[in-house]
Amino acid sequence: MGDRLLAGVCWLAAGIVAGGFAWLLGDIVMNGLGQINLMYLLMPVADAGRAGGIGPVIVSTSLILVVCLSVSLPLGLATAIVLSEADDERWFGRLVRRSLDVLAGVPSIVFGLFGYAVFGLALGLGFSILSGGLTLACMVLPILIRSIEQGLRAVPIDIRHAAAALGMQRWRTLVAVLLPAAAPGVLVGVVLGIGRAAAETAALLFTSGYVARMPDSLLDSGRSLSVHIFDLALNVAGGEPRAYAAALVLIVALAVVNLTAISLSERLLSSRINPA
Amino acid sequence: MPASASRLDPDRLLTGGLRLCAAFSAALLILVVIFLLLQAGPVLDAIGPWRLFADDGWFPADTAAAGQFSIVALLAGSGAVAFGATVLAAPLAIASAVFCRFVAPPRIGQLFRRMLEVLAGVPSVVFGFWGLVVLVPLINRWQPPGASVLAGALVLGLMILPTIALLADSALRSVPRATLSAAAALGLSRWRTALQVALPAARGGVVTGIILGVARAIGETMAVLMVCGNVVQVPASVFEPVRTLTANIALEMAYAYGDHRSALFLTGLVLTLLVIALVLVAELGRGANARRTAHG
Amino acid sequence: MLPIWRLLLVLSAVVLAACGNGQTTTTVTLTGSSTIGPVMTEVARRYEAANPTIRVDVQTGGSSRGIQDARTGLADIGMSSRALKPAEAEGANQHILARDGVAFLLHASNPVDSLSDDQLRDIYLGRISNWQQVGGKDAPITAISRANGRSELNIFQDYFDVAERQIKPDLIAGENQQGIKLVAGNPDAIIYMSIGTAETDQQAGVPIKLLPLAGVPASSQTVADGSFPMSRVLILVTRDDLAPAAKQVLDYALSPAVHDLIEAQAFVPAR
Repeated sequence: MGDRLLAGVCWLAAGIVAGGFAWLLGDIVMNGLGQINLMYLLMPVADAGRAGGIGPVIVSTSLILVVCLSVSLPLGLATAIVLSEADDERWFGRLVRRSLDVLAGVPSIVFGLFGYAVFGLALGLGFSILSGGLTLACMVLPILIRSIEQGLRAVPIDIRHAAAALGMQRWRTLVAVLLPAAAPGVLVGVVLGIGRAAAETAALLFTSGYVARMPDSLLDSGRSLSVHIFDLALNVAGGEPRAYAAALVLIVALAVVNLTAISLSERLLSSRINPA
Repeated sequence: MPASASRLDPDRLLTGGLRLCAAFSAALLILVVIFLLLQAGPVLDAIGPWRLFADDGWFPADTAAAGQFSIVALLAGSGAVAFGATVLAAPLAIASAVFCRFVAPPRIGQLFRRMLEVLAGVPSVVFGFWGLVVLVPLINRWQPPGASVLAGALVLGLMILPTIALLADSALRSVPRATLSAAAALGLSRWRTALQVALPAARGGVVTGIILGVARAIGETMAVLMVCGNVVQVPASVFEPVRTLTANIALEMAYAYGDHRSALFLTGLVLTLLVIALVLVAELGRGANARRTAHG
Repeated sequence: MLPIWRLLLVLSAVVLAACGNGQTTTTVTLTGSSTIGPVMTEVARRYEAANPTIRVDVQTGGSSRGIQDARTGLADIGMSSRALKPAEAEGANQHILARDGVAFLLHASNPVDSLSDDQLRDIYLGRISNWQQVGGKDAPITAISRANGRSELNIFQDYFDVAERQIKPDLIAGENQQGIKLVAGNPDAIIYMSIGTAETDQQAGVPIKLLPLAGVPASSQTVADGSFPMSRVLILVTRDDLAPAAKQVLDYALSPAVHDLIEAQAFVPAR
């Protein structure tokens, strides 16, 4: 009886969630799919986005993500290693962890204002891919650290003890034992970070800017896909169909990154358990 | 390993370097807060903090009345939308997680999880766009004007649902198999196992998920800007439009200068303080929890 | 092996060319009004095509920022869709790029075809709340106003002589297209908006209609001949010490060579 009730409630909830999802995605696929072809993905933007394609926008988006990850990943990895070994009762680990919790909640628009003032004005980077990427790096840092830390903590303490008992130095333990073990967690963190960064609009309006030309260098302003969608949806008269198309491209790209990473991390996990 | 450390001991260098990175990550928050304080300074000097609550409405650029800076209605707007979103999303998300772990056949459970992961990656501007074009006209036909607390709560609810559900799911997944087997051995039915054993054991992860969800709901800008109607008022019903703190910054920052601009940075600071308070509350709750568990 | 060598050669040639270019190109930056942004983006594209050594970057972010950036030198040219305040005008040169009207917009299915100035004022002051009171069907009016700082709001306030706190809107829209979508999705809504933007959307098939104001039809023609009463100028702002490249871009933007681009966005070029 109870089992039936629970099952019923859960199926209903899952049905509602799947229904909302299908509604949202169906709307975007139906309105966006017809516009997308190879030319659309490669051509430059024309007529404020109503014609042409999104080639430069895709390049700018990728460059912003590369800048973001190449700064946040090393920093995040180092912090996660410290945290995974820090005792929560000690002030240092506690302080770092709480600050990161709060940082994770700081609204992205605040990061946008921060990035504009610090990277754009104070460091003189202006509106550029570099400004945007660095701002996003600050933003995704907490997510990255939390996922990597979880991956590291999942390494059984026995293994660390064993490494120590074998007389391995800390850095050897780190490189040879901990990091490979934490690889799936790192991967999840990277995927979540990319998802958050690629979806961000508010912070990029103030930092990487609107320019939809093909960027020559990281110091050029570059329009990200999410900013492009925002612009088409709210600024450009008659931009709605193209907004749908760009949204579909972004969602599909993120889904592909996401699903590839998941299957990769599962393969990593199973390959670790099966051999030997 | 010898305990005496020479100056070039790689372990020491490593530990130092790592700690430096960690300190920098933590310092980022302090940098953001200092930056906000610097920008908000002029208006704080001019009006003091209490006028944020005592002023007659939000008319920061009103030249006749010399600027009115009450953020009461904006706080109410942010609160109402975030609360609504959480109330809608949390039960659905937890039920979804239980569905994945205990109810659905493994293949469907996995498919459902993949779907949540894709949903988690949908950009907020897409949610907002969909809400504006599809949801708002629908609510308008029922209860005009359509753009309202309800529209905001629905869109934000759908947006934060995957976050809560995925974290609850991984928390349920990390409940030790032995615990579940013990429950089964005691003859507990599946639903009692799920509700009375697994969920309480996974409480920490579920609560973290909800707090992250609430924080995201409070901080979300683009989607609420599009669907909430942006009228500065304390809502009397869920069908009335509101403006949130974040939407206010996005709407006005580009057009603001002087005290008005500074006041917007001040609202950014208020937002950040709200989130800090939220994290502290969660911390206290976790502490109380740990004590309760420790004492029996 | 040969193809790889050739590829490397071509690649290094490209890199060298890019470096060489980097030393001789000049960048001209524009910031400001999101109403003017799309027009200037097209002007910039055409200018760049004819002058490969000059790059024109167009950023939006609002009129106030455009004016501020032009005055502080963060941008070469600022874009403003409102008149400059006296404090802002000091030390700034203003160039009229185009004119645009601000008119009231209804859903195409709304039977109401005209509203007097008094009726419009009463709708926005909350004294009229049902379309029946102005000869329409029995339905509550959704009056949409614009966010603080938008030049449309300033023009509305000047025309009707009302303070911001007197306006009792049902909704507030920020960007133009948000307003358009709210009206398109709500048969009982009314909003005031750029005529240029509204006409472009009408041509794209959005179900909206423009109301005449004080008996004058709202269209780019009446804005062009100066008879439409609620209109504004779209301005480019510069400092005295304008860089030569920026001066060229400015002159080009103000020349007849770009009138077709301005008209394509349904604005009226300044003559």
